[in-house]
Amino acid sequence: MKEKIVIDLADLPPHGLGTASQSWWGTLAFMLIEGTGFALAIVVYLYLMSLAPPWPLDAAPPDLLAGTTLTVFLVLSVLPNIFLNRWAHQQDLRKVRIGLIAMSLVGIVPLILRAFEFPAMHIKWDQNAYGSIVWVMLGLHTTHILTDLVETLVLTCLMFSRHADNPRRFGDVNDNAMYWNFVVATWLPIYACLYWVPRL
Amino acid sequence: MRTARALLLSILVATSGCGGQQSALGSQGAPAIHVEHLILGMVAVCAAIWILVMITLGTALLRARPRTARQDDGSEKPLTMAVSAAVAATTLIIAGLTIASFYTTRGIGLADSTALTITVKGQQWWWQVFYADSSTGPGFQTANEIHIPVGRDVRLQLESPDVIHSFWVPSLAGKQDLVPGRSNSLLLRAEKPGVYRGQCAEFCGLQHSHMAIMVIAEAPGAFEGWAATQRLDAVVSADSDTAAGQASFMAKPCAACHTIRGTPAGGTTGPDLTHIGGRRTIAAGLVETTRGSLAAWIADPQTHKPGNNMPMVSLTSTELRNISAYMESLK
Amino acid sequence: MTRDGDEFRDSSMGTAELHRRLAAIWSTPSGLWGALSTVDHKIIGRRYITTAFVFLALGGLLSMLMRLQLAQPEARFIGPDRYNQIFTMHGTNMMFLFAVPVMQAMAIYLVPLMVGTRNIAFPRLNAFSYWMYLAGGLLLWIAFVVDAGPDVGWFAYVPLSGPQYGAGKRADIWAQMITFTEVSALAIAVEIVVTVFKQRAPGMSLDRIPLFVWSMLVTSFLVIMAMPAIMVASTSLILDRLVGTHFFNPAEGGDVLLWQHLFWFFGHPEVYIIFLPAVGMVSAIVATFTRRPVFGYLGMVMALIATGVLAFGLWVHHMFVAGLPRLGESFFTASSMAIAVPAGLQIFCWLATMWAGRPVFKTPFLFVVGFMVIFVIGGLTGVMVASVPFDTQVHDTYFVVAHFHYVLVGGAVFPLLGAIYYWFPKFTGRMMSEVLGRWIFGLIFAGFNLTFFPMHILGLQGMPRRIYTYQPEMPWSGLNLFISFSAVILAAGFLLFFIDAIRSARSGSLASANPWGATTLEWATSSPPPPYNFARPPVVESLEPLSGDLETLPVASGLRVDRRELLTSSVVHASPEAREASPGDSIWPLWAALATTLMLIWSIFSPWAVVWGSVPIAITLIGWFWPKGVPEDEA
Repeated sequence: MKEKIVIDLADLPPHGLGTASQSWWGTLAFMLIEGTGFALAIVVYLYLMSLAPPWPLDAAPPDLLAGTTLTVFLVLSVLPNIFLNRWAHQQDLRKVRIGLIAMSLVGIVPLILRAFEFPAMHIKWDQNAYGSIVWVMLGLHTTHILTDLVETLVLTCLMFSRHADNPRRFGDVNDNAMYWNFVVATWLPIYACLYWVPRL
Repeated sequence: MRTARALLLSILVATSGCGGQQSALGSQGAPAIHVEHLILGMVAVCAAIWILVMITLGTALLRARPRTARQDDGSEKPLTMAVSAAVAATTLIIAGLTIASFYTTRGIGLADSTALTITVKGQQWWWQVFYADSSTGPGFQTANEIHIPVGRDVRLQLESPDVIHSFWVPSLAGKQDLVPGRSNSLLLRAEKPGVYRGQCAEFCGLQHSHMAIMVIAEAPGAFEGWAATQRLDAVVSADSDTAAGQASFMAKPCAACHTIRGTPAGGTTGPDLTHIGGRRTIAAGLVETTRGSLAAWIADPQTHKPGNNMPMVSLTSTELRNISAYMESLK
Repeated sequence: MTRDGDEFRDSSMGTAELHRRLAAIWSTPSGLWGALSTVDHKIIGRRYITTAFVFLALGGLLSMLMRLQLAQPEARFIGPDRYNQIFTMHGTNMMFLFAVPVMQAMAIYLVPLMVGTRNIAFPRLNAFSYWMYLAGGLLLWIAFVVDAGPDVGWFAYVPLSGPQYGAGKRADIWAQMITFTEVSALAIAVEIVVTVFKQRAPGMSLDRIPLFVWSMLVTSFLVIMAMPAIMVASTSLILDRLVGTHFFNPAEGGDVLLWQHLFWFFGHPEVYIIFLPAVGMVSAIVATFTRRPVFGYLGMVMALIATGVLAFGLWVHHMFVAGLPRLGESFFTASSMAIAVPAGLQIFCWLATMWAGRPVFKTPFLFVVGFMVIFVIGGLTGVMVASVPFDTQVHDTYFVVAHFHYVLVGGAVFPLLGAIYYWFPKFTGRMMSEVLGRWIFGLIFAGFNLTFFPMHILGLQGMPRRIYTYQPEMPWSGLNLFISFSAVILAAGFLLFFIDAIRSARSGSLASANPWGATTLEWATSSPPPPYNFARPPVVESLEPLSGDLETLPVASGLRVDRRELLTSSVVHASPEAREASPGDSIWPLWAALATTLMLIWSIFSPWAVVWGSVPIAITLIGWFWPKGVPEDEA
C-alpha cells in the first residue's frame, strides 16, 4: 500500500514526562494491582473478625507506641518526598541527589520501627487466624517498604553515575516518589485496621 | 408449552433407566418436586429462546439480498428497533425467571416445628448418622443409611469433621454442603415409600466416587419399628460360627475402630456396626450386604475401595468366614 | 537527511533506504542468543500462542484418558489417585496454561499492530512474562510426570488441600504454579493497558479503537482487579501448609469458606477474562466476513464494560450450596442473571450485523457461526444455574460440566480457532487450508455437541462431577460410552487442526498483506509484518482505517531511524505527545525469570527462600534496568 505523509512529528520531544510517559502509567497500573491486594487483606481481616465473637482472638489489642510512631513518621516522610518530586521535575541534579540520600535514610527508619511492631501484636502467626492475618498484613506492607527502599538506593547510585543527567532518570525519580506516597497511603487503612479496629 | 414439557420429561425419564432412584427429574419429595417444576419451566423457556435465536441467525445468514453493494445508512433504523426490542425482551424474561426462582426458594427449605431431626456427619468416605432422643425413645447411631417416615418433614443437621462433603439425594431435595467448622441444615421429605439413593457431591478425595447414602422412606409405623430395633444392643445368635466370629472381631484390631453396642467393641473411627446386617449395602453403597460381599470386603478393603481408611487385617479363612457370619447376623 | 546533528529521521528518506535502516535497528539477531533476548512482541506473541496450544493438546490428552476411564462403570484403567491428578491437571492446565495465556498472547501479537505502533509497552516485561509462564507450565507438568501432580481439583478447596489432608507437595505445586501464571498474566495486563492508553496511532480516539482492542483493554482491567485475589488465596494456602498459619483452619479461628470466597472472587471474573477477548475476536471476524462494520459500536463497548463490572458481583453463585444466608444468595441470583443482558445485547448486535451485511462463508466465519449456536446454549444454561433452587440440583454434577464447556469451548475456543484461521496469514505470511478448515470445523462442531450435550442429561440424572468411576447399577453407562466415542470425533477435529496449522506454516499458499479485505490496521502492513511493524506510523481518520477503496495510507513522519522509536499519544484523543524510545533486546528478563523461578520453587520447601531467593532477583532486576548508554536511553 502506498503511503502519504500527512503529519511530520519531528518536533515532538524524544521522551515523554509524567502522564505522557508509559512508565508513569505502568507504575499506576502496578499500584492498582497492589492496592487491590492490600484491600483484599483488609477484607480478610474484617471477614475473620466477623466470624470470631471475641476479637482479637486470645490476645490483647496491639500496643500503640511502635505502630503510631511509624505512622507519624511515614506521614511526615511525604514532605521530603514532595520536595524530591519537585526537584526532579525541575531536573535539578544536585538537589535530587540530596533528596535521594534523604529518602534512602527515611526508608530505613520504618524498617527499624517495624521490627518493634511485630512483638507489639502480642501474637504469633501460628497461634490462630488473628495472628496469621496480622503478620501477613504487616509482612506484606514491609515488603513494599523494602522494595521501595532498594529502588531508592539503586536510583541514588544511578544519580551519582554518568547516566544521571538525563530526563529519563528524573522521570524515574518522579515515579519512585509517587510509589513512596502509595506505600504511605496504603499503610493508613492498615494501621487503622490493625491498631484501632480491635479497640472498637 | 405443556406438550413440550411432557415431551422433555418423557425423554429425560426414559433415559434414566431404573425408576430414577437418583435423579433430579424423578422427584418424590416436596422440595425436589418444587425444583423439578422450576427446572422444567426454565428449560422450556430457554429452549424456546434458543430456537428463536437460531431461526434469526439462519435467516440473517441465508436470506436473499439485493444485488447492490452496501446498503445506505438509512437502513439501520429497523435494526436499532429490533435490537432494542430484543434487549428489552431479554430483560423481561430474565426478570421473570429471577422471580420464579425466588418463589421456588420460598417454597422449600422451611421445616415445620414437628420435624424429625437427624444429624449427618460426612467422613472420608462414608456417612455417620445420629438420631436424636425423641418421645418414643433414646437416640442411636447408624451409618450410610437413613430411614425416614413418609409424609413428614425431616430436618438434616449437616456437619463434617474432616473435609467438605455434600449431601445430595436428588429425588428428595437439592444438595447441601457439609462444611468443617460450620453446621448446615437441609429439609428432606418423601411423599412415597421407597429407596432413594444419593451420593457425595463435593469432591472429597480418593473415594469421592464411592460415597453413597440410601434414604429409605417408609410408613410411620414401619419407621418406628425400625427405630426400635436400632435402639437395641447387638444380640449374638446361638450359632457357633457367629459366636466365634464375635470373639475374633474382639481379638483382632476391628474393635479399635468400630463400635458394636452391647459388646466391648467401642472404636469410633469407622462406622457403627451394631446393626450392619440389617443395612442394604456396605462400604457406603459399594455392594449389597451379603455374607459373601462382607467376606470379600473384610478380606481386602483396599482393592474394592482403594485409599479408604480401613486396613487389611490378616485373618485365617475360618476367622474371615466367622466374622462375616457375625456381621451378617447383626440385623 | 539529518537534523539536529547526528540524528537520522525518516521524513524525506526513500522507502528502500527507510526499510533497510529500520530493519537494522529493530531486527532480532538470528541464533540462540537472539532468540533468548528478543523483545519483539510478534516473536514473543507467536511463542506464547504456540506454547499455549501445546498445553491445549496436553490437556486434551488428559481429557481422553478421563473419557477412557469413564466409558464403562467400575473401569480399572486409571486408579483414583491418578484420576484425581488427571482431572485436576486438566482443569488447571486448561484455565491457567491455555485459556487465559492464549487470549493474552493473541493480544500481545495483535494489539500493537491494531493500534498502529511498533512494539508493545514494556517489551522486556513481556519477555519476562513469557519465561515465567513457561516455567510455571513446566513446573506443573514435570510434577505430574513424576507422580507429584496436584490432586485437589483446579479449585483446591480447603481443607482437602490444606496441611492436614493434602499430603506431600502436590497442593503446594498447584499453589505456586498459580503464582507463576498470575505474575505473567498481570505483566501482560499492564502492558496492554499502557499500550492501548499511550501508543495508539495519531487520530485513533476512543471511539475509533477496534472492538478487539476494547475487549482486551477491559480484560486487562479484569486481570488487574481479579488476579490479586487468587494471589492472596494461594499465598495463604502455602503459608498454612508451610509455616502453620491458620487462615483456613476453623479450630483456630480460620474459615473454610474464606478460601471459596477468595477463589471465586477471582474465579468468576476469570471466566470473563477468557470470554471477553473471544467476544473481540468474534467482532473482528464478523465485521470482515459480513463486509460491514459491527452494528452498534457504542453498545458493544458499553456491553464489554458492563460485563467487566458485573463480573465482580457474581462469585457467590459458585457457593449456593455451601450454606450462606438466603438473602445474600438471592442478590447473587439477580446479578448472575443480569449479566445475560449485556451478553444478549452483543449477540443481537452480531445478528443485526449479519442481517445487514453480506456474509462470506470462509472458515473463520464458520467458527463464529458455530460459536453463536453453542454459546447461546451455554449462556442459557448459565441463566439456569444462576437460580439457587435450580443450582441445588445441578451444582457439581455433569450438568455444570456441560454448561461451562458450552461457555468456554463454545464461547472462547470456537472464536479462538476462527481467530487463528483469520490471523494465521498475518502471523506466518501463509494461508491455512480452506478445504481442511471446513472439515475441521465440521468435526469439532459435531464432536463437541455429541460429547457435551448428553452431559446435561447425565447431570440431571444425578451423576456428580469429579468421580473416577460409577457403579454398574446407575443408569449412566450408555450415555457415558456414547460420550467417550463422541470425544474421539472431537479429538480427530483438533488433531486435524494441528496438522493443518503445522503444514500451512511450512507450505501454505503465500498471503498478501490483506487477504480477507479487512479494515483494521494490522492488515495495513505486510504478512508477516516487518520487525518494526510499520515503516511510518499510520494516521487514523475513522473507525475503519482501511475501509473503502483506500489506495494510500495516511502516515506520520519525523521519527528517528537510528534508535528504536515509536509514537506516544494522549489517552482520549490519541494526539501525538512524544517520540518515545522502545527498549532494545536484552537477556536480563530471562535471568530475572530464572531467579524468580528459583525463589518460587525453593519457597515451596522453605520459607527462608523468600529471603535468600530475593537477592538474585534484585541483582537481575538491577542488571535489567541499569542504563547501558544506548541511543534508546537518550531523552
